[in-house]
Amino acid sequence: MLYAVAVFAPLAGAMIAGLLGRVIGNNAAKTASIAGMVVAAICGPISFFQIADGGAPGVIHLGTWIDVGSFHVDWALRLDTLSAAMVGMVSFVSMLIHVYTIGYMGHDSRPPYRFFAYLSLFTFAMLMLVTADNLAQIFFGWEGVGLCSYLLIGYWYDRPSACAAAIKAFVVNRVADLPFAVGLALIFFKFGSIEFASIFPAVTQHLNDTYTILGMQFPALEVMACLLFIGAMGKSAQLGFHVWLPDAMEGPTPVSALIHAATMVTAGVFLMARMSPLMAYAPATLNFVTFIGASTALFAATIGCTQFDIKRVIAYSTCSQLGYMFAAAGVGAYQASVFHLITHAFFKSLLFLSAGSVIHALSDEQDMRKMGGLAKVIPITCAVMWIGNLALAGIPPFAGAYSKDAIINATFAAHSGIGTYAFVCLVLAAFLTAFYSWRLLFMTFHGRSRVDHHTLEHAHESPWVMLVPLCVLSIGALIAGFSLDSWFIGEDMTNFWNGAIVNGPHNDVMERLEHVPEWVEYAPLVFGLAGIALAFVMYIVNPLMPVRLAQMFKPVYRFVQNKWYFDEFYNWLLVRPLLCAARLLWQVGDATLIDGVPNGLAEITSDSSRQVVRIQTGSLAVYAFVMLIGVVALIGFFMLSR
Amino acid sequence: MMAVGLSHYLVVSAVLLVLGIFGIFLNRKNIIVILMAIELILLSVNLNFVAFSSALGDLAGQIMAMLVLTVAAAEAAIGLAIVVIYFRNRGSIQVEDVNLMKG
Repeated sequence: MLYAVAVFAPLAGAMIAGLLGRVIGNNAAKTASIAGMVVAAICGPISFFQIADGGAPGVIHLGTWIDVGSFHVDWALRLDTLSAAMVGMVSFVSMLIHVYTIGYMGHDSRPPYRFFAYLSLFTFAMLMLVTADNLAQIFFGWEGVGLCSYLLIGYWYDRPSACAAAIKAFVVNRVADLPFAVGLALIFFKFGSIEFASIFPAVTQHLNDTYTILGMQFPALEVMACLLFIGAMGKSAQLGFHVWLPDAMEGPTPVSALIHAATMVTAGVFLMARMSPLMAYAPATLNFVTFIGASTALFAATIGCTQFDIKRVIAYSTCSQLGYMFAAAGVGAYQASVFHLITHAFFKSLLFLSAGSVIHALSDEQDMRKMGGLAKVIPITCAVMWIGNLALAGIPPFAGAYSKDAIINATFAAHSGIGTYAFVCLVLAAFLTAFYSWRLLFMTFHGRSRVDHHTLEHAHESPWVMLVPLCVLSIGALIAGFSLDSWFIGEDMTNFWNGAIVNGPHNDVMERLEHVPEWVEYAPLVFGLAGIALAFVMYIVNPLMPVRLAQMFKPVYRFVQNKWYFDEFYNWLLVRPLLCAARLLWQVGDATLIDGVPNGLAEITSDSSRQVVRIQTGSLAVYAFVMLIGVVALIGFFMLSR
Repeated sequence: MMAVGLSHYLVVSAVLLVLGIFGIFLNRKNIIVILMAIELILLSVNLNFVAFSSALGDLAGQIMAMLVLTVAAAEAAIGLAIVVIYFRNRGSIQVEDVNLMKG
């Protein structure tokens, strides 16, 4: 019951704020939306702790959605550890972001009820996604978060860049949604149902089924798993589909926090964990998942080191951390991946919101080259951002240390070629993560101030309504690691998960990750500290060094700073040809052919009628004469033919 | 003294028909003349009907003639009414002025 309330309270808030916002006024709409979130944030974690405490998993049926022939889909809320953990996290973090938004959007000229309605709706869509009991409901939530992200990224609709970013996010997601939908359809054809309860027990019966594609045989489970993973890649911004995520920074900062921490991008990781009983039997796809995840982690981390927009650095960091989660899912350590998802939600929303606090303090300045020395001006923001970055870099006892180490250990413990590749990538990424995190801290809060005087005069610590969520999140970033460790990946693991995640029959990576060599245990920490030290040397001790290095290795630096030219590549490969094709279809297909036919017919009609009209001379005598001729002709014909 | 037979009636009737037709075409002036010419054509038809009726001993032709007379009367009444109205509106009933339907 509490569980259903947690899911539907945000919907109620969104409906009241969105539909009645104009009538009841901004403050009432804001209150309704936040009240809905507070109710959810109370009920969600409570139901999580009930489940974690040994409560029975189950399914709450709400009603029938589709019932056509053998295709049956229910609206139902699945209550198990995985869903409950996600609901608890999403509702709690989202509530804090709602509260923060009151302060952050306080100066915005647009009526805030629309913003709050979108935020609540976004949360609701994500909650529907994570509580889904069948793939269709996941797809509903999947598209729901896609839509809401579009609305929120493009919230400042009078900025062309925001509109472009919103369209980009939506289109990239749509591209990845197609394989997801195809995978869903294949699962229905193979299993005759898309309810999890019918799919998972039947997986082992289809181990030897194959699909023939272009004359080649593919195992059916591999094809399905791969299609679902491509869908997850789009939503979770993995290598190749990552292009929308940094551009999504065009939205207001609370939106970035919501997209990156609580909702949307974690959906892909969740899908991997949810489909673990199926994924476990698709080893080739899992290798692919590991490869993509590890590559993304390293790739995004390199870009993060060269960006100057404070939000973009954090955006690439999200991309990189999602890579960690996928790498873990790929080697079969779904528990570690979900654990990192939860801890990441705390410290990443903390980082985004504190970045928002910096931006707020500096009157919308986002360029780190125009910051520096802000620790004295905004000390609380500085402190919480330090906590967030300590958690991100995985320095014990902060949250990230536990989950990230577990992932790195798991890739090592996998003892496979791809696992070793992932291990190397992830350790290097851990080094870069620490480097860019402290680069961000040093450039923003320490060293010489590069803020111009006018802005500095107005710089101020954020109001309490923004600082309180930051403090709560920093407590989360501090304690989420060691307090949840024993549940998610530790000794209570089996009881805690209670069958919500299946590791597969021959997969004991979760046990082996506890018994890796010492040096593996300490590798991420050592590399992390080295990254911090390097950042200290480069940005505090010798601030000219980065500039000199950038000049020395100009081609490499330009390549990385331009995000490996992915956008340009896609522009060349896809966007331009598609635009050309669209223009061709428009000008030739539509304007010439499709419009041409009716327009031509109309032209012919009016032209010929202009000719025919000359017959109407208006002279009575001619009419009478024609009539007579007609009569004579008729009679003549009649007489001759008789 | 020659007996008046069917053929005489038909000749008169044909002459009347041709007169009526030429009355329509050769007249470039007056609409009323056209109306009168139409009456003439109708009368020639009537004459044909009656002549054949008497020659064939069938009354149907005469009944038809009565019908045509009625129609002709109605037609004349309506035609003249139109002409009057037309004159009121346009100030002329010259044939060349009646060309509102020119395309």
